[in-house]
Amino acid sequence: MTEISDRSNGDQARETLSGNRRSFLGTLLALGSFFVGTLLAVPLIRFALFPLLRRTTELEASPVGPLSEFSSLTEPVAKIIQIEQVDGWRKAVSDKTVYVTKDKSGRLSVLSSICPHLGCTVPWVATKSEFICPCHGAVYTSDGSRISGPSLRGMDTLDTTVQDGQLLVRFQYFRQLSSDKEIIG
Amino acid sequence: MAAADKNRNALPEVPTTGFRGWLNRRMGLDALLSSALDEPIPGGARLAYIFGSGLLFIFLSQIITGVFLALYYVPSADHAHTTVAYITKSVTAGSFLRSLHGYGASAMVVVLLLHLSQTYLYGAYKGRRELLWFSGCVLFAFVLGMAFTGYLLPWDQKAYFATAVGTNAASEVPLVGESLKRMMRGGTDMGTLTISRFYVAHVFLIPACIFALLASHIFLFRKAGAAGPVSENPFTPKQKTEPFYPRQVLMDLSLTALLIIGLGSLCFFVPMSLGPAANPADSQYIPRPEWYYLPIFQWLKYWHGAASVIGVLIIPTVLALAIITIPFLDRGIERRPWKRPVAMGAYAFVLIAVAGLGLQSAYLDKHDPEVAQQLAKQKAEEEEYMRKPFEPELSAASMAAANVALSDPLAAKGKEIFEQRSCNACHGDGGVGTVAAPALIGIGAKLSADQLAHLLKQPNAKMAAGGMPAVDDLPTDDLKALVAYVASLK
Repeated sequence: MTEISDRSNGDQARETLSGNRRSFLGTLLALGSFFVGTLLAVPLIRFALFPLLRRTTELEASPVGPLSEFSSLTEPVAKIIQIEQVDGWRKAVSDKTVYVTKDKSGRLSVLSSICPHLGCTVPWVATKSEFICPCHGAVYTSDGSRISGPSLRGMDTLDTTVQDGQLLVRFQYFRQLSSDKEIIG
Repeated sequence: MAAADKNRNALPEVPTTGFRGWLNRRMGLDALLSSALDEPIPGGARLAYIFGSGLLFIFLSQIITGVFLALYYVPSADHAHTTVAYITKSVTAGSFLRSLHGYGASAMVVVLLLHLSQTYLYGAYKGRRELLWFSGCVLFAFVLGMAFTGYLLPWDQKAYFATAVGTNAASEVPLVGESLKRMMRGGTDMGTLTISRFYVAHVFLIPACIFALLASHIFLFRKAGAAGPVSENPFTPKQKTEPFYPRQVLMDLSLTALLIIGLGSLCFFVPMSLGPAANPADSQYIPRPEWYYLPIFQWLKYWHGAASVIGVLIIPTVLALAIITIPFLDRGIERRPWKRPVAMGAYAFVLIAVAGLGLQSAYLDKHDPEVAQQLAKQKAEEEEYMRKPFEPELSAASMAAANVALSDPLAAKGKEIFEQRSCNACHGDGGVGTVAAPALIGIGAKLSADQLAHLLKQPNAKMAAGGMPAVDDLPTDDLKALVAYVASLK
């Protein structure tokens, strides 16, 4: 700041100003402007990066039904859930079919009805007590484990939670034609 | 002459070696920089001259914030309000940047009035500066045009109704008024086409005009030279000059710093609010324009019927022409305000009239109990809206799907099957299509129901190759429902 005040006393001081001091002030101004500019760029960058730092395609857990409904489950039961997908400033609501069933240890689990082979909807065939995919014949047990057919893995289980006696499920899509369960959306 | 000496003195400073030397030989940057910074100011640097570069700074800030806002904004009556609400309520720093852009517009008008006043009071339009003054006047009009077009874009209640009034005012112009209004609105009523028009004007047309005029304004300024203090001769400056750099630069930068601090804290502590979405059916809403349009708004209230030609067209035209032609009307060499009673009287008159009209409008609103009550209600509704969290808009596909469910029971059943069988896994919800399979929207117009049913049962080679399974296990009724749904997708 002393550089600046030195200069306020008229033309003569400026006339005798050496090139060095003039360029020193210039450097000071350039640094100052750079610093302020960087500071001002912070909100701009945060604004632009918002969708990357926060998942815009968010999926809330959807209610499947009251727990009591599934207490005496003997075979998988199909339920239609509503899922809400948020895409930036808009959302899409769609219906998805899931199966509520029991896993090997007898706990409730929820299976996606999408075949992990090529994505057809797998129906529960009560007469055979198996899930049989109509498209390419993949067969699964009542807990979704793979028995036979072209699929590389069993049916996909979905994350569930219980809230106020309600069974909630988080619907997700998984990569097909793969032996690993990989979330794609 | 002093400036020329200085330039000669500055020459040895130009680097000839290293990277800067190379750049300089290729681009001549240093010569450009020194011609910009060594601009001679007769009588030396003064705080009175800082407003022009202040305007330039705000304009730059408006461009940058505007470009960033366009990352999320969608100019359509369906989405404009949702996207602005998203910016304001959800996006990080969104409220701050939107405020910077909105308050920036007000700051621009304030600094513009200061710049204009300084030029006028200092008689800096004298001495071969007619075109410089003229380009400034047109720039002023364009800045007001930016404010007018930008105000509509959030499409909230106040934006909608203020613009409805603003465009209505245009229809008061005799003969062409109605066409002018329809031209601005893109039809008889305000709607999504109005947003498109205002958006194009706000983002492409007016900015392009401002760029061009700004360049000529600065060029004409450098051509004529700085006018200097009021004691200076406007034609042939005689006073000792001082280069623009460093003292004037520092003074200009101090205004910039003040603007950054002022606007920054305003936007941070009192961010701009957004009202509820425009509801054209609301007959109670009392529109009020932004403060800088209040005087015009109040003025238009006084003119009705046959007399409106005088108030809406003749007086404003005469006033605008008078302002534009000031350098021709006032040819004298005298620049000291106390020796220019007519010029100063006219300035005081216009200033008092404009301020008086604005104050009158505010006073009337405050003292009419009905209006005051309604305005308070509108303010409360706006605050209420701001408190609510952001609500995403239901996508068109979900809405189309929901509509089908309401209208046609067969198609509704088909939609259920479409989702149960995960047709949507590849064809997308509502048949909008995904990377895995094409969209089905509009397929009903190309293929008959029988053709669709046949293709579902026996996909053709291209479909099968894409992974489409045959739907041959559905009962006939279910297949009919599915076909009805697919054919209904629009």
